[in-house]
Amino acid sequence: MKPPPFEYHLARSVPEAVGLLSRLHNAKVLAGGQSLMAMLNLRYVHPDHLIDINRIPELDRIEIRDGVLRIGAMVRQRRIETSAEVRRSAPILCEALQHVGHRQTRNRGTLGGSLCHLDPSAELPALALLYGATVHVAGPSRSRAIAMADFMDSYMTASIASDELVTAVDFPIWDERHGHGFCEFARRRGDFAIAAAGCLMERGPDGGIGRIALAVAGVEAVPVRLAEAEAMLRHQAGSEDVFAAAAEQCRSLKAIGDVHGSAEYRKKVASAMVRRSLASAWERSARGRGR
Amino acid sequence: MTPHSVRVTVNGRVYERTIPPRLTLADFLRHELGLTGTHLGCEHGVCGACTVLVDGTSARSCLMLAVQANGAEIRTVEGLKAPDGSLHPIQEAFRQNHGLQCGYCTPGMLMTLVEFLGENPKPTADEVRDAISGNLCRCTGYQRIVDAALDAASRLGSRES
Repeated sequence: MKPPPFEYHLARSVPEAVGLLSRLHNAKVLAGGQSLMAMLNLRYVHPDHLIDINRIPELDRIEIRDGVLRIGAMVRQRRIETSAEVRRSAPILCEALQHVGHRQTRNRGTLGGSLCHLDPSAELPALALLYGATVHVAGPSRSRAIAMADFMDSYMTASIASDELVTAVDFPIWDERHGHGFCEFARRRGDFAIAAAGCLMERGPDGGIGRIALAVAGVEAVPVRLAEAEAMLRHQAGSEDVFAAAAEQCRSLKAIGDVHGSAEYRKKVASAMVRRSLASAWERSARGRGR
Repeated sequence: MTPHSVRVTVNGRVYERTIPPRLTLADFLRHELGLTGTHLGCEHGVCGACTVLVDGTSARSCLMLAVQANGAEIRTVEGLKAPDGSLHPIQEAFRQNHGLQCGYCTPGMLMTLVEFLGENPKPTADEVRDAISGNLCRCTGYQRIVDAALDAASRLGSRES
């Protein structure tokens, strides 16, 4: 058998899962398993207990309320990708999910799992950061809400305690006329991104760029918002030159080099992805609906 | 580690077993049930050879524990043929178009395409390539597999009309 031995616990509710997490030593949460199962098979991890949260109905909901798209931690990536509600309210999620693994892994992989795994090149954490999403976490004594920027502690490390469980993520919905763009470069379809960029854009009253958010994945240890580029772009009319100037901010990123690409190369690719995602968001915002 | 009882329907037949929790669904199918049509290549979710349908959706059976399949309906490559033993139209298309050489990746390709062609009965070649991006083949260069998938789509279409 490939995985090391462990005790298996099937949690039926969030309080039960959190109770198990606080009671058991060296326990891991099993969500979609598309990273954890591979790590178990390779014996990178040796948990004494696995807590399966696949059969907790309250973690499996998509709902829109008060301008917020709330997606449960256990909602499968493929369901987000194909959801009409998500396509209407946050179309960039559907566009970006096409780059997440393959259909078989998206059928099992979850939003909460991806956020907690926090792979630097993963799309979903970058999108949560792009939106300034709020991550809801249940613990043994209280629940709390964490801004995505604070949820990311460091390389592949989320800032939640070992007895806490991510339950849902809130994405604030942008004006329906906003434009979006998500561009990614990987060596093969479905591979981990060398670099990816996502952009949300609303036009201001002057027809130029009004509200804007820009995020990059795959370059630094965690996804990053390009705040300087955002500030530079506000009130500007979109053009290739303006987008190229903004994408220059990628040069100052603290890029990680690895066997798939050097730090310098990743910054160059990121810059190209930023330019393309800006152009796409600009054009779609002109059409009035980013769909 | 504490064993668990599972009851799983595979290709319409119900199986009950008591198994260790760390047994993957792939090993469960092959070693416990003797259904060796499901192949294991990488065993860490990269090659797609072990793809099966779990409650109708494709999944890598090496990335799932057998205990998690308790109560589920699994379909494997053994479940594709008709009751009279004749090949499924997708299998027939693979045979006619030389969609395999060594055949190692074929069960995963077939199960992925069963789901995909069910959702998209008239795909383009590009859409087929996207659908099988998670299934590695080291023999064919994929061209014959894409041909087979497109042929399978038209076979399935003409069967329904």
